[in-house]
Amino acid sequence: MVVKVQSDPFDPGAELTAFSKTGDNIGAVVSFTGLVRDVDDGLQEMVIEHYPAMTERAISTIVEEAKGRWSLADALVIHRFGTLYAGDTIMMVATSSKHRADAFAAADFLMDYLKSRAPFWKKEVTSQGDGWVESKAHDEDALRRWDR
Amino acid sequence: MVDVLYFAWVRERIGLPTEQVETKAGTVMELVEELRAREERYAMAFSDISALRVAVDQELTEFDAPIGAAREIAFFPPMTGG
Repeated sequence: MVVKVQSDPFDPGAELTAFSKTGDNIGAVVSFTGLVRDVDDGLQEMVIEHYPAMTERAISTIVEEAKGRWSLADALVIHRFGTLYAGDTIMMVATSSKHRADAFAAADFLMDYLKSRAPFWKKEVTSQGDGWVESKAHDEDALRRWDR
Repeated sequence: MVDVLYFAWVRERIGLPTEQVETKAGTVMELVEELRAREERYAMAFSDISALRVAVDQELTEFDAPIGAAREIAFFPPMTGG
């Protein structure tokens, strides 16, 4: 498992290529890349704050949970913080497994949990001012899909 | 003494990212009551607990959780990662 929390940009393609070579006898790699979405007023910048002492541990706990539920060869999570702009890559998740169902489900699970349980907060800055992005009710609903 | 951390709009409303707090609180909620009683900016930040989340020693927990020997308590809005 690799978890990286960083302000620097990264190349999702290069990361995916490297990740695809790490697994032993894997037949499937699934990846998700999250980008900064523009807003109606025009996004000047997005500022992502995080809780440094907690972030990597919280993500690792989520990845461990995924590894307990599905048969994964490996998992990769990269999440940026700091000042980003529309179109920038915020984060990526990649999972690998022998068969694709495990990699798909685990990546989906990781995204739902990273959204609401990893200590990041996004602030959007536009010409109209700035505001913290609020969590959505459907984000919590998404988590309940995984209750068991 | 416990380190209290604030993030996102909680940090902005209170006006600082972290502070050391002398407390006799047994639970997180008791600590919240002590902070609320301090000044208006704390009362504002903690007016609606349902809009807040708390971590004790970097683990997410509930407001009725005991503080025990915790060294770090963090308050923040619901997370918006991903």
